[in-house]
Amino acid sequence: MFLRSLATASSLAILSAGAIQACEIGARVSIVGNEFPAIQTVGAVAQECTGAEVKSNLTADHQKINLAGMQGNPAEYTTAIVANSSIVALINEDVIRPLDDLVAKHGDGLAKNQLITVNGKVMAVAFMANAQHLTYRQDLLEEAGVAVPTTYEEMLEAAKTIREKGILENPVGGPYAAGWNLAQEFNNMFLGYGGEHFKPGTAEPSVNSEAGVKTLEMMKALSEYMNPDYLTHDSNATSAEWKAGNVALMHMWGSRVGRLKDTGDGALEVVANNTAIAGPLTVGGGDIPASTLWWDGWTVAKNISDAEAEATFIAMKNGVSPEILGKPEVPEQAVWLIEGYQPTEAATGVFAAANSGTKPYPMLPYMGLLHTALGNELADFMQGKESAEQALKDVEAAYIAAAKEKGFL
Amino acid sequence: MKHRTFFWFFLPTGLAMLLFIAAPIVSVVMQSVFAPHEAVLIEVENCTPLSGCTTETTIDQDATRDLRESAPLGRFVGLDVYLDRGHLAVSEFKEAWATAENWGQFFDSLGNLPFYRAMAFTLTFTFTVTPLLIALGLTIALAVNTLHRHLKGPLIFFSLLPMIVNPLLGSLILFWMIDSRGVLGSLIQYLANDPGLSLKASTPLMWISLIVYGVWHSAPFAFVVFYAGLQTLPQDQLEAAQIDGATRWQQVRFVIIPHLMPLMTFVALIQLMDNFRVLEPIVGFNASAHAQSLSWIILNDLSGETQQLSAASATSVLTIIGVAILLSPVLVRTWRDFKGKT
Repeated sequence: MFLRSLATASSLAILSAGAIQACEIGARVSIVGNEFPAIQTVGAVAQECTGAEVKSNLTADHQKINLAGMQGNPAEYTTAIVANSSIVALINEDVIRPLDDLVAKHGDGLAKNQLITVNGKVMAVAFMANAQHLTYRQDLLEEAGVAVPTTYEEMLEAAKTIREKGILENPVGGPYAAGWNLAQEFNNMFLGYGGEHFKPGTAEPSVNSEAGVKTLEMMKALSEYMNPDYLTHDSNATSAEWKAGNVALMHMWGSRVGRLKDTGDGALEVVANNTAIAGPLTVGGGDIPASTLWWDGWTVAKNISDAEAEATFIAMKNGVSPEILGKPEVPEQAVWLIEGYQPTEAATGVFAAANSGTKPYPMLPYMGLLHTALGNELADFMQGKESAEQALKDVEAAYIAAAKEKGFL
Repeated sequence: MKHRTFFWFFLPTGLAMLLFIAAPIVSVVMQSVFAPHEAVLIEVENCTPLSGCTTETTIDQDATRDLRESAPLGRFVGLDVYLDRGHLAVSEFKEAWATAENWGQFFDSLGNLPFYRAMAFTLTFTFTVTPLLIALGLTIALAVNTLHRHLKGPLIFFSLLPMIVNPLLGSLILFWMIDSRGVLGSLIQYLANDPGLSLKASTPLMWISLIVYGVWHSAPFAFVVFYAGLQTLPQDQLEAAQIDGATRWQQVRFVIIPHLMPLMTFVALIQLMDNFRVLEPIVGFNASAHAQSLSWIILNDLSGETQQLSAASATSVLTIIGVAILLSPVLVRTWRDFKGKT
């Protein structure tokens, strides 16, 4: 369904191509969002609009400031660029507005599959998809004589062979930094084992299960083949290890793979030439990949005037217009959901994830609290200080305390 | 000073203190005893480009808005947040006390609770860093004071550098140096003859690194204060000691340190307060897997995808109480000195 709608979007774009419109706005626009190449492109193009000021604040700390910056009246930020995890906090606090009337007025050219609807109302416009998937070093796997793994069990075997043959001491990588990253790795693996984060229809956690224990055991087994500092390695540090040629196998974000092959960005020649990607791995004999699907999109603040909302919509639509794909570096930056996007080689991992039934990251009001609890409590297990059952018990207890405070339980 | 004069003299300061110190503390206390309303959840249909349309749970905005308007502060929960697992964890504490067979087991189960885990590191950090930095600061001050005056200027500036550098930046630089591929990390591996040794993978080594950073960062403050104090040292006392045949060490022990004692109290006071609120090195060193402090818990509560304002406020109030307890001996002493003089 993902591919088909993309194909429809592409053919539509060919029909409407060539209509480059000037972007004219009548009120202030202020953007807050994460910082990676695709979002920087969107922000920069939105700033090309004339008629009023377009401010842009793109930072990795966007989640710490977007809510506070939209709760005031008038809100400081008229739009926040979010993903399926971070939109939840904005919906919970009721700081973004439904976009149906703006879509009806100015939405021509947006594909239907770009519209994120909650309870029948359009709440965000998505522009790219993302997922974690396998990244591997072709030359090192050949040297070790192992096939490209399709499951985590095969990845462990391959890592063992690579270490035994003395090719690399720590062949496996991954963003396992304590906190958000470690919790996300748990989520991926847990879904791969068929786990459910919550008891159906309730906010009660159910991570302390057989799937949870297996997940932690697999993560621990993988960590034996990682750099001993792995609990301090976030996506940036893991990428740096990869570019230095210290890693042969890892699960990495699709949006970050492009830079791994960029010698101008510090990648060794041999790394750049031999970095290859494939779909996400499965685990434990399951057929659901141990990964999550993500979208990135923009929202419009509630506490601003209608004129500002309209200007924001026009400027952001300009930021995700098909024309941006005309710049040579842009198609490589992400898996765009924009009309006219032709998938590049860098997109194959994310497409494979979408087509093999990878589950989207849950958009539940209380998921953020569970994610935080996982990030805080799993490090003790990874360091061998406690058992998997104890760690999962701690996660549930920490989550329950937080959920009671926030009124979910 | 007459009471009336004192009142007008103190009024501007008093007002500013009320506005900028007392009011925020009252606000934090208020926020810690109120929690957000019970969430009104509904099942809705969500549509996304990745998964099509699915039924998901979300918050009923209309019902929530009514609730918020009728009681803007939220629901009153009293001390519930203080007593929950994220803070004082009273019921978990009792359970650990009842089930533990020995002290080791008891402390193990306490170490599982975020507040006690954070206190263990915070107190260790505070009570090792503060004396060490006073000792180091005094040593530097004594050393610099004996130098030729042409050398003093540049050396004072050089010694102050760790304090001038932004704490986050300073800790980041040190973090890279102690990486297993960094300058210091490699040196330690070479000295210990263990290529697998990593400071960042070991809790005790990480604690030592944080303590070393804490001393490195704060020693210049102690140095500057003590150096200023040394300029007021009465030369006749020192000369008298020299005539009596006091060694260099005896001069320091019996003349200089007593003279600097009030300054040492001052430095100890400020540094106990600062070190109790340790945060930057934990963030800069990415050390949260090994060491957490109360301030780190506050930051973590506020920077998650779902902000926990009540939890963060409760931890803030506990921090204020902690600082007050920590400072009470020094404050009592100052009060006694004051009473003795009048």
